[in-house]
Amino acid sequence: MSEEKLIFEKSAPGRRASTFPRLDVPALADGWLPASAKRGTALGLPEVSEQDLVRHYTRLSQRNIGIDTQIYPLGSCTMKYNPKVNEDVAGRDGFRNIHPLQPDDTAQGALEVLWEMEHWLSEVSGMPAISLQPSAGAQGELTALLVCKAYHDSKGRRPRKVLVPDSSHGTNPASASYCGYTVETVKSKADGTVDLDDLKPKITEDVACLMMTNPNTVGIFEKDIRQVAAWLHAVDAQLYYDGANLNAIVGLARPGDMGCDMMHFNVHKTFSTPHGGGGPGAGPIGVKEHLRAFLPVPRVRKAADGTFSLDESEPKSIGRIRSNTGNFGILLRGLVYLKSFGGDGVAEIAKRAVLNANYLLALLKDRFNAPYGDRCMHEFVLSVSEQKKAKDVSATDFAKGLADLGYHAPTIYFPLIVPEALMIEPVETEAKETLDELARVLIELDGEDPAKLHAAPVNTPVGRLDEVGAARNPILRWKP
Amino acid sequence: MSFEHPYLPQTDQDEAAMLGAIGVKSVEALFEPIPDELRLKKALDLPDHLTEMDLKDEFQRLSGKNQSTGKLDQYLGGGLYEHYSPSLVRHLLNRSEFYTSYTPYQPEMTQGVLQAIFEYQSCVCSLTGMDVSNASLYEGGHALAEACLMARAKTGRNRMVLSAGINPQHLQVLRTYTRNLDTEIVVAPLAADGRTDLAALKALVDGQTAAVALANPNFFGVIEDGAAFAEAAHAAGALFIAAVEPVSLALLKSPGEMGADIACGEGQSLGIPLAYGGPYLGFLAAKMELVRQMPGRICGQTKDNRGQRAFVLTLQTREQHIRREKANSNICTNQTLLALAATMYLGAVGPQGLKEVASQGGAKAHYLAAELAKISGVKLSYSGPWLNEFTLDLGREAGPVLKALQAKGILGGVPLQRWYPERKREILVAVTEVKKKAQLDRYAAALKGVLA
Amino acid sequence: MSTPSDRLYTKTHEWIQVSGGDAVIGLTEFAVHAIKDIVFLELPAVGKALEQGKPFGVIESVKAVFDLNAPLGGAVSGVNQAVADDFSALANDPYNKGWLVKVSGAAGDKGQLLDAAAYDKFCAEEQH
Repeated sequence: MSEEKLIFEKSAPGRRASTFPRLDVPALADGWLPASAKRGTALGLPEVSEQDLVRHYTRLSQRNIGIDTQIYPLGSCTMKYNPKVNEDVAGRDGFRNIHPLQPDDTAQGALEVLWEMEHWLSEVSGMPAISLQPSAGAQGELTALLVCKAYHDSKGRRPRKVLVPDSSHGTNPASASYCGYTVETVKSKADGTVDLDDLKPKITEDVACLMMTNPNTVGIFEKDIRQVAAWLHAVDAQLYYDGANLNAIVGLARPGDMGCDMMHFNVHKTFSTPHGGGGPGAGPIGVKEHLRAFLPVPRVRKAADGTFSLDESEPKSIGRIRSNTGNFGILLRGLVYLKSFGGDGVAEIAKRAVLNANYLLALLKDRFNAPYGDRCMHEFVLSVSEQKKAKDVSATDFAKGLADLGYHAPTIYFPLIVPEALMIEPVETEAKETLDELARVLIELDGEDPAKLHAAPVNTPVGRLDEVGAARNPILRWKP
Repeated sequence: MSFEHPYLPQTDQDEAAMLGAIGVKSVEALFEPIPDELRLKKALDLPDHLTEMDLKDEFQRLSGKNQSTGKLDQYLGGGLYEHYSPSLVRHLLNRSEFYTSYTPYQPEMTQGVLQAIFEYQSCVCSLTGMDVSNASLYEGGHALAEACLMARAKTGRNRMVLSAGINPQHLQVLRTYTRNLDTEIVVAPLAADGRTDLAALKALVDGQTAAVALANPNFFGVIEDGAAFAEAAHAAGALFIAAVEPVSLALLKSPGEMGADIACGEGQSLGIPLAYGGPYLGFLAAKMELVRQMPGRICGQTKDNRGQRAFVLTLQTREQHIRREKANSNICTNQTLLALAATMYLGAVGPQGLKEVASQGGAKAHYLAAELAKISGVKLSYSGPWLNEFTLDLGREAGPVLKALQAKGILGGVPLQRWYPERKREILVAVTEVKKKAQLDRYAAALKGVLA
Repeated sequence: MSTPSDRLYTKTHEWIQVSGGDAVIGLTEFAVHAIKDIVFLELPAVGKALEQGKPFGVIESVKAVFDLNAPLGGAVSGVNQAVADDFSALANDPYNKGWLVKVSGAAGDKGQLLDAAAYDKFCAEEQH
């Protein structure tokens, strides 16, 4: 397949893709702006016709894939179907074209959406106090850690450490650093769970928080989580729940009941909002009562007469974590999704996600090394380190082989504790036949000629890329 | 499986076959690892599910309670603006190969998103006059915070000197982000004409200053003298951050031309809906020597093994999934789809169109301001040059005036009191290319009537 | 490539060749081989003080970052700019042309360092 030119390379001076009505008031007077403040360089934007613009991005979309075209078995990403009714709702004039600084009485519907979303998230998580502000999971983590620090500050305490499992997502330690904490790693046992013998002595008064996810990154439920919470609470340390894996337990168990003090939700994972090629998402947080006062502003309030408002008067709040009210359009889509399942249906999500994952694992475990056994929750990890040793076929080679067959790879090389890892999460929206096919394809690849896998992919618009060259000699923009 | 749902494909036969393959008798058995005392026993206080028809009715009810830009003439700015987004943008963005796509970590299958990101980065660099842009941050406030943290990382210093013209919400975000990082934030006041008091600014810049930041136009609509900021910053070995409004870059001096080291801002005005707070688009661009301090994903150009030009996420060793606690930033999910929207918008309007959007908005704003200033007791707060947003002194308390205007179908502006409690009589008024002369005349007449 | 016996080694795969009060520091073949394709190298400025065991620079591949740790303390007296500009010298000749920094006043606890034989043994164990 040939290259696709950049939009700038399709440009010709004088072409327009949109025009504007003639000005119906006097133009800006000469001298409205001193010469020293005027722009002197070209804008460097493309000049194309509307058709060429539309054709360009349509063709680019055809050099791309999404959940709407194929399964994405990416562990830790929860790539479930993105419902179209969510898009229709978000596109309604009354949701799309309202300014966040409008008076509250002109945005009662939007405020009610936020209020309801807080309620739904509170119910499914068991966390009484919610903030919908954070723009993504990582920002949610940061917000919760800032809340944690403010809580300890209010008690005159200065614990400096955050504990993080060695299987954790990179955002966990990165968020902790942002708050000025130092990060200490906790080992995992061979069965993938947190090593309690390694953890317990590390829980000192200098620990502010332990960040965990449950089930953990390798898809195993941390059954001792309440014991861990008790140890932490004995020194007034907090237990943080990374909500990335909530899909495994939603409607069946709640982080709030496990002893967690704070958590974030990934609305773009558990609650179906589209990943958009990398974002946007939303990362609301939930906290227990003792932390409520420190949550960011603004807060959504409901008065006795049923009217809603935004309120910034929270003296102990950590402040704003972002401008305005959060990624409203994403929260709205998440609420539509939740209402489509209802209190009577949410548990079905987790049940079928876990069923799908165990089924796919059953199909693969005899052929591939499954370091954590025959059972899992909503995701599982395989290792192809034996294939690497025997035939020099790595996790990357499997990923590229899958690409040649039209499949997006699972998550590779994560978690770091498993060599040549393939982390697979088949999500509940995938039918049995899709899983059968994926298993068949993976097994076929395992028997494939290594040379063919090393050369893969050959069926995609581009082949393997020179990532070394890209990093050594960065070309990060087009230049005329 | 008795609960029917369009997003749950598992039939009873499927379930039986799958359980058989797994070797358990029921789905419940798969949840055995969860201790019984942790299992939810009570029903959730949530209503039953709604099917699609009822979902639509429910949300129609909710959206009907909001007064959109179609229902009220609104003149609200404060960093977020009502612009016309050409139809093609929404159609292209709705292509599900874009919006249902994941982050392009497997580049061979996702050249579409990668190339679009590369085009976005190129547009941001051109507009701002910088060498490198990232693939987006959450929103303008986040971009300012990350810009300051970049300066902190590069200089090893801890003091930020910001103009009082910086968006107050962005400043609040910066304060929250730096709460625990021993960072000193000082603010240089505005002079009487609405531009930053340069003497006061210079007095605040010292050997501990990591960055000096301005907003252009500033929050109050006034256009600043960037070169003076650059001089003050560089003389002290600090970096100069320019927080800018992207549409205004069609007419105003770019951060690059001002001598800025970092440019940041809110990209919502580039074809992105107002949507009550988000999702928006934080943009961040810088000189090449700062690329290693830059947070977020960056797309680079390279070749594939067939010799073709191709695009790939690069310089990933800056990011959290590799650096973990030593990463520049914790950002993972960003605002890619909005970056794509902005790129499509910029292609749709082109250089000529962007100039028209900026200058038409400016012309209409100046016309409105002149009409409003004719009303007795009403005047512009500042004499400095401005484009399409201005601070208006109503001569009396703004709250009741705005309420009266609202009753006439006009949201006349944002009361400054919202962030500056002592400024009870002033409002911030923004006008964009979407307003017709008749609407502007209606506003002037309505205000005259209210103040009479 | 055999491990030169005229120098000492760290468990983080740096080597140091001491003569009198001066020393030269570099990376071992084991490290360079493990990193495979170097994309970035950050070396300290002349004059920077090195602390034994602490990072003084960074080397990166596409997917990983490694600190360069000082085998002994001292002050940087020279930096191999040629290697910073062209990594092939480091990749192909890590013990000679691929040296990284020169140090004056090299001092510290030599007991923490390994000789060539001990380093080889350490590497063999690490691979299992």
